[in-house]
Amino acid sequence: MVTSVTNLGRSGLFDWVVQRVSALVLLAYFAYIGCVLLGGVDYTGWRELYAQTWMRVFSLGALLSLVLHAWVGIWSVLTDYLTERMMGTTGTVLRLLAQLLCGIVIFVYTVWGIQILWGY
Amino acid sequence: MRLPITAWVSISHRASGVFLFVATAVLLWALDASLRSPESFAALRECLDTLWMKLVIWAVLAGLIYHTAAGVRHLIMDCGIGESMPGGVLGARLVIAVSVLLTVLAGVWIW
Ligand code: HEM
Repeated sequence: MVTSVTNLGRSGLFDWVVQRVSALVLLAYFAYIGCVLLGGVDYTGWRELYAQTWMRVFSLGALLSLVLHAWVGIWSVLTDYLTERMMGTTGTVLRLLAQLLCGIVIFVYTVWGIQILWGY
Repeated sequence: MRLPITAWVSISHRASGVFLFVATAVLLWALDASLRSPESFAALRECLDTLWMKLVIWAVLAGLIYHTAAGVRHLIMDCGIGESMPGGVLGARLVIAVSVLLTVLAGVWIW
């Protein structure tokens, strides 16, 4: 089994499952939002929708799914291209820096999203 | 580069995934503005009405549509369906056809 300190669940199989489950949640969420938007929205209706507890929970679920999905996804991409095999030690340094940057962005997305859902 | 269609679909899925990670900032920004206040909702409406913003939104939707279509294909193949060579090619063609169709429809909806 391949292990690494930067993957999500210490096991590739776990990450694989996270990737699939989060994909399904995102699919459901975007399909739902798409239907709502196609139906047309004004401020009052939109605001009321996001005031409902179930909608906030659904949105938070989608937000967390997005964050996990993105971490696993970006991790796969970075560990494929920024590697020691491709560019020596530079690869490892660049990869860790890129992962740090992505981690910061993911953290900002999470806090920002929660702020939008519960802040207004 | 001459690559089989299945390779193109796969690499574009990867590229669209990375693109969406960045585009999430746009989506959160829009959600933020749409819920903040009636004024910001109206301002967002106006802002999204400009040509450049329409192009940005269309690009984000195109990325989302493509990534989702190719993602669903991925999940179907994970279930062991269409894993043969002809199955893979057919799936790849379907992904492209569905994405182009939905992206055009999204453009019609935006404009
Ligand atoms: C805005 C939301 C999304 C972002 C930022 C995102 C991002 C990514 C990234 C970066 C990857 C890695 C690509 C690779 O390793 O080649 C990925 C993979 C994947 N995505 Fe998404 N994605 C999003 C939404 C979705 C949705 C809605 C689906 C629905 C089916 C989906 C399905 C998948 C699947 C199945 C994979 C795994 C591919 C593999 O194992 O090679 N994604 N995503």
